[in-house]
Amino acid sequence: MTEVKLAEESSLTDDFLGQLISVGEVDILVGVPTHNNAKTIGPILEAIQAGLLTFFPRERVAIINADGGSRDGTPGLVVNAAIGDARRSSKLYALRTLHSISTQYASSPASGTALRTILAAAELLRAKACAVISPESSQITSDWLAALLRPVYAETFDLVLPTYRRHRFDGILLTNLLYPMTRALYGLEIREPYASEYAFSGRLGNQFLAQNPWHEETARAGSEIQFTLAAIAGGYRICQSFLGTKEHVERHSADLVPAMRQTVGALFSSLEPNFSLWNTKTGSQPILTTGAEQEFTLDPLRINRKRLRDMFSTGVTELESVFRSILSVSTLAELQRISGLDEGHFRYSEELWVKTVYEFAAAYHKSVISRDHVIQALAPLFRGRAFTFLMENRDGSAGDVENNIEGLCLEFERMKPYLLEIWNGRE
Amino acid sequence: MREMIISELTQAMQQFTRGFAHILPRIIVLVIVAFAGWVVSYFLRVLMRSILRLVKFDKLSESAGASQLLSKAALPSATELLSRFVFWVAWLGFILLGVSVLGVFGLQEQIAKFFLFLPRLFVALLTMFFGLLGAGFFSRAALLAAVNANLPSPRLLSVSIRTIIIVFVLSMVFEEVGVGEQTMLVAFGIAFGAVMLGLAIAFGIGGKDLAQQFLEKRFVHGRKDEGKQDELSPL
Repeated sequence: MTEVKLAEESSLTDDFLGQLISVGEVDILVGVPTHNNAKTIGPILEAIQAGLLTFFPRERVAIINADGGSRDGTPGLVVNAAIGDARRSSKLYALRTLHSISTQYASSPASGTALRTILAAAELLRAKACAVISPESSQITSDWLAALLRPVYAETFDLVLPTYRRHRFDGILLTNLLYPMTRALYGLEIREPYASEYAFSGRLGNQFLAQNPWHEETARAGSEIQFTLAAIAGGYRICQSFLGTKEHVERHSADLVPAMRQTVGALFSSLEPNFSLWNTKTGSQPILTTGAEQEFTLDPLRINRKRLRDMFSTGVTELESVFRSILSVSTLAELQRISGLDEGHFRYSEELWVKTVYEFAAAYHKSVISRDHVIQALAPLFRGRAFTFLMENRDGSAGDVENNIEGLCLEFERMKPYLLEIWNGRE
Repeated sequence: MREMIISELTQAMQQFTRGFAHILPRIIVLVIVAFAGWVVSYFLRVLMRSILRLVKFDKLSESAGASQLLSKAALPSATELLSRFVFWVAWLGFILLGVSVLGVFGLQEQIAKFFLFLPRLFVALLTMFFGLLGAGFFSRAALLAAVNANLPSPRLLSVSIRTIIIVFVLSMVFEEVGVGEQTMLVAFGIAFGAVMLGLAIAFGIGGKDLAQQFLEKRFVHGRKDEGKQDELSPL
């Protein structure tokens, strides 16, 4: 009877619920959302197990794999990754049972539903601290578990976000939009508001599980960034931990729009419910960070700059009718001017970029056209900004890249009154 | 003779007076109904205008592309146009109701036909509006997708989609109002078939390399990841 009631309430399958009930309660839960990650999941699970055995040997622990319909046997690998292997290889001993459970939440991947499954499992198992680990982080070490979970489990933090050693041109959407805009709006210097690895307290997880409107597409699509914003809005204690090197993940050009939907779309949609929180904030405050705040590697990386530049110009020309509904006359005129410049003279300035982003945010709020179209229309402009970022930092040191990002953050903060002005201003 | 003429005239005059006396109250009723109808229609117009402004109908019409069409035709805004339409339909309805009181032979049938036609007209207008809305939405979606996928001639693709949807909607509208039903259907079939055949031939002759590239990129193993290493990693 209880099982049926839980299944109805939590949307977890009966089989998964049965397995969770047989586990009982845990102190720590590690969630691994997967989809066709058979190539990388093995070493990641080993690192997780080694981390748990090394740093939390006395705690009751469960690893939950939320799978989005893998066809390469990923869930089987998770379930069969016996703790004994980790013990033999690392000569570590757990004093408690380490459970490993896998469930398929859907036949196709959806990061929001995966997070919801992990949160529901954490609530049911009454986990005090939870961590989510990306199945793509092949450079994970056992130390990551300690860096993420200790501030929650041993201290009183509610959310631990990562900082990494990244290539200077990795995560350009983070460095040029998500980080500066989140910082300017919410006043906290969170380097990775859209984190692929993070840890959180049971109370934050439970609150987010109960309050996030999971039935809405935007809430499901960008749940990772929504989670960070919910922690900020709820006044929870947040800190950052330096984890190590984040490997460069190669992408298709077509991956940009889904990435923007998940992150920029979620950030824009959060502005309405949190208006009272961000409209009065000025400036920004650093948050407690264990280890380095951010490190950059300077290895050469092949990026097709010409394609970025060309796609920007094509976008400005072809989408003029769309931009007329979103951008102000002066911003559009300036974009058209720079799109005609040759590669050597082309520069998408910080001020123009911030103005563009704020006008897009206001257009998204006012739904001048379909909100999804607003996000899609930003993609070619982002390519133009990315081109400028690449050119400006082509020969720069790690310090120069950091200064460049800091300058952009300050520009976002300086121009925040402009966003407020257009937020409720002209139609 | 003279008496006969006078008698006939008197009789005709009496007949006219009787007829006039018979129809005068009906004319008065017609005027009252028309006046009351005007008041009610005016009220409906104001109400309609307020509702449409409240739901930001002009914005919706702008995003559908209907506003641009209206301004090109020197017509007022969509809200104003729809409010006026409601006013005239309602008032005309009242006037026709009043006219039916006159009892003119054959008019009753025409009035009944008019009232039967009104729902079809309304459905046709609704189809037209939502058709334009759909055409605007899907053509913009195609434009954005084509630009972000770096496809050649995105605007041509977008305009083609808009045109096809509008032609399709117009054929539905004409069918609904019953104007040249068969002609429109045949014309649409011929035009649509011709366009598709033209596109197929054009693509076959001019775009065979593009098609080959596309198919190879999509299905030939090993070439799928081409260009991947050159792309930035946004997150």
